[in-house]
Amino acid sequence: MSVTVRIPTQLRELSGGAAEVALVSGSLADVLAALDAAHPGFQGRLFGDDSELRRFVNVFVADEDIRFLDGLATEVADGTTVSIVPAVAGG
Amino acid sequence: MTHVQALRCRECGREYDVAPIFTCEWCFGPLEVAYDYDAIRASISREKIAAGPLSIWRYSDLLPVDRNPAVDLGAGFTPLVRADRLAAELGLGEVWIKNDTTNPTNSFKDRVTAVALSKALEFGFKVAACASTGNLANAVAAHAAHAGLRSFVFVPANLEQGKIVTTAVYGGNVVAIDGNYDDVNRLCAELSGTYPWAFVNVNIRTFYAEGSKTLAYETAEQLGWEAPDHVVVPVASGSLLTKIRKGFDELYKVGLLDDEPHVRVSGAQALGCSPVAAAWLGESDTIKPVKPATIAKSLAIGNPADGYFALDAVRNSTGGFAAVTDDEIVDAIRLLARTEGIFAETAGGVTVATLAKLAAQGVIRKDERVVVYITGHGLKTLDAVVGQVGPTTTISPTIDAFHAAFDPEDLLA
Ligand SMILES: Cc1ncc(COP(=O)(O)O)c(C=O)c1O
Ligand SMILES: [Zn+2]
Repeated sequence: MSVTVRIPTQLRELSGGAAEVALVSGSLADVLAALDAAHPGFQGRLFGDDSELRRFVNVFVADEDIRFLDGLATEVADGTTVSIVPAVAGG
Repeated sequence: MTHVQALRCRECGREYDVAPIFTCEWCFGPLEVAYDYDAIRASISREKIAAGPLSIWRYSDLLPVDRNPAVDLGAGFTPLVRADRLAAELGLGEVWIKNDTTNPTNSFKDRVTAVALSKALEFGFKVAACASTGNLANAVAAHAAHAGLRSFVFVPANLEQGKIVTTAVYGGNVVAIDGNYDDVNRLCAELSGTYPWAFVNVNIRTFYAEGSKTLAYETAEQLGWEAPDHVVVPVASGSLLTKIRKGFDELYKVGLLDDEPHVRVSGAQALGCSPVAAAWLGESDTIKPVKPATIAKSLAIGNPADGYFALDAVRNSTGGFAAVTDDEIVDAIRLLARTEGIFAETAGGVTVATLAKLAAQGVIRKDERVVVYITGHGLKTLDAVVGQVGPTTTISPTIDAFHAAFDPEDLLA
């Protein structure tokens, strides 16, 4: 079993064009670190110099914004999908 | 002729060629249209604008569209109404209402949609789409119909019936989502990676947002080419407020205003969905997303994409913010209707209630010329006032019954 990370179009050049990447479960921080290990470059794109997620990067675990969960400490269980989505305007 | 130079990231400044892209590939920051203001200054004039159409297209030198108007239902050039009775009621001096309820689909979203879909046609898109809290749905469905584009409009399933009907009537696809606006938004952001559609507030957002600047242009023109001292603007994603601020600054940059404007910009949110107001009131630099619970559904964005820019605009301009309750929203809708004859939707209630609150706090002052942006029509959210207002009395059709209900002496007074 593993977790699925959905990659936005802006970052697919890093994943060799793949829209989804399968990784092992763990905390969200672990999963994103594993993503960068598998496809180097994600770290610098998702995180600012302060090691926090950039403020226009939204991350969802099982469709819930991680700011309503435990942030980077959120557990990502086997079978769960993580989405990385840029912030978009309102309507 | 467009004077666009490039698209520029608001966070890191990286530049991109004009294309249907909306975020910086490097930092995910939103892109903004960068103009050649010297070229605009050379081309634009008050006379040229005065001779233009009575719509947003009179300011086409300041819009990012090549062939305009490509999609035109007549958005813009709405009335600016002096509101002396409202001002007196709130202890204010000079107050004006920018009545944007009179747009083709009765909200300011016609402005942004006209720009977005004009650009979408230039890019060659065949399908228009959006995520919407209601008003944008109306505008996109109508403008897509007019332009002969297929449309997919995504809305939260709990939207007011009125807003669903006034979208579906245009014959496009209306997709109701079990979830709130932020869920709808996330789905659309992901769909936009799969389908080559013009999502007006996703991949076309950079151009879409520019349409809101026309509210500042019109205000200044209607005031005889002067900027107001203070504006009150409803905030959902924060784009409208940010762009109104930008609009006034641009007018000075291109020589249409003689004096550098110092417009104080205040933001209005409903307490049940006030992530930006909360950051301002709590003096925080972080905007925490919320789960919306308010009757002001058009403003119910819990995760505002342009919240940081709106917060900066309010801070830098020494404006203010208020978060108002649902009861205050309904009272304010009735106050505006009673004093000025203008029927606003719940977003307008939020804005007028904020005007009242900031006036009471002394943030908005009596010596200021204030412009209040009323961005959507009351017929869109009738539920908010149903039960609050109705017939003064119900009687049988006789003179006696009428006189029983109303004192004749009082009637002749
Ligand atoms: C009537 C009305 N006013 C104001 C707004 C706020 O716009 P923004 O998302 O640009 O802050 C909206 C947004 O949907 C709206 O429908
Ligand atoms: Zn950037």
